[in-house]
Amino acid sequence: MHDVTLTINGERRTVALDARTTLLDALRDHLGLTGTKKGCDHGQCGACTILVDGRRINACLTLAVMHDGDTVTTVEGLGTPDDLHPMQAAFVAHDGFQCGYCTPGQIMSAVGMVGEVAKGWPSHASASLNGKPELTEAEIAERMSGNLCRCSAYPNIVAAISAAAKDTEASS
Amino acid sequence: MYETSYKRPASLAEAAAIIAADDEAKFLAGGQTLLPTMKQRLAAPSQLVDIARLAELKGISVSSEAVTIGAAMTHYSIASSPEVQGAIPTLAKLASGIGDPQVRHRGTLGGSLANNDPSADYPAAVLALGATLVTDRREIAADDYFQGMFTTALEEGEILVRVVFPIPRKAGYSKFLNPASRYAMAGVFVATLADGAVRVAVTGAGQGGVFRATAMEEALGDNWSADAVAGIKVDPSDMLSDIHGDAAYRANLVSVMAKRAVVAAAG
Repeated sequence: MHDVTLTINGERRTVALDARTTLLDALRDHLGLTGTKKGCDHGQCGACTILVDGRRINACLTLAVMHDGDTVTTVEGLGTPDDLHPMQAAFVAHDGFQCGYCTPGQIMSAVGMVGEVAKGWPSHASASLNGKPELTEAEIAERMSGNLCRCSAYPNIVAAISAAAKDTEASS
Repeated sequence: MYETSYKRPASLAEAAAIIAADDEAKFLAGGQTLLPTMKQRLAAPSQLVDIARLAELKGISVSSEAVTIGAAMTHYSIASSPEVQGAIPTLAKLASGIGDPQVRHRGTLGGSLANNDPSADYPAAVLALGATLVTDRREIAADDYFQGMFTTALEEGEILVRVVFPIPRKAGYSKFLNPASRYAMAGVFVATLADGAVRVAVTGAGQGGVFRATAMEEALGDNWSADAVAGIKVDPSDMLSDIHGDAAYRANLVSVMAKRAVVAAAG
């Protein structure tokens, strides 16, 4: 067993884990944070997307022990039912889901993505490698390509992200 | 996955010593290939030796002749690097098309090259640009490094430290991707190097992994245009064949991707 210390949603937590425990299983089964979902468990669907040191990753494709000392943000760390994060509010306003299972991953991925755009990181869909990318529908689709929705609620997911990104930009 | 233990060595030398003492131990970097492989019980290392944070494997530097990238740099860090974007924009663009954003934040250049998946993107760039692979023991030329599907010149316990990419006069990359995995079903990297040599490398299509398309190199050397490669076909009997595309289809894709790569090449 390994003692793993993580700063999760601002709180420092230490837990003893088998080396094989994925960060996803550590969050869900050992730390009681079940907002992060297990879909494919093979890094293909993105339902388990979380932010580690500010970067979005698949929690299923990494071991908790690899992140000893890291800072983790899960969907529980974004907002509360009474005080939603702007991205969460946008998903509600635009009905950006059907069954809701992929939604925490979509929202975490979208929050990470908006941060990447703010830093000017280009995507494969960007016309230029330089300058701040414009968040067109094609850009959002490419930048969210790691998150699948089996209900295919994509049009409203894109609308929600587009609206939240514009609000973030307007307020920054 | 089967029981394993985890080590996070503080130096390259310590990592090498752990591996040297245990035949069943494996290096772990981003884990985007090794962890799925372990989950499928296709690998069961006794120890995971995490080299992703080693300072010796980090960093990107640019000289007038080359871009040097640490083996533990992630695809995202390469795609978003102003240095790489400025010196070899095609390489930055290639990195931005690997897998998806979540994978790009974890997966590393060295991990991809050590694995040498026949459908991976970086091998095409490394081979076409004539890069040099620097390990903890020696320097390996790209032409000597790739030795068939999932096979490289790396010896047991040898660690890829950095890759030196010569800056080309111009380069282009085009891949026909599997829409689910984003792996290349055929990817062609074309380049004119600083000395004028033309090199063309093909990934995703060949049974033996990445390979150079020498007939295309000769044609582009005489006439750098999409028309020059349009009529050149690779031998379908050397191509991969699977549910995503048979060998004849892939052979045709190689010609089409070569044309697009030439068009995409800047300069």
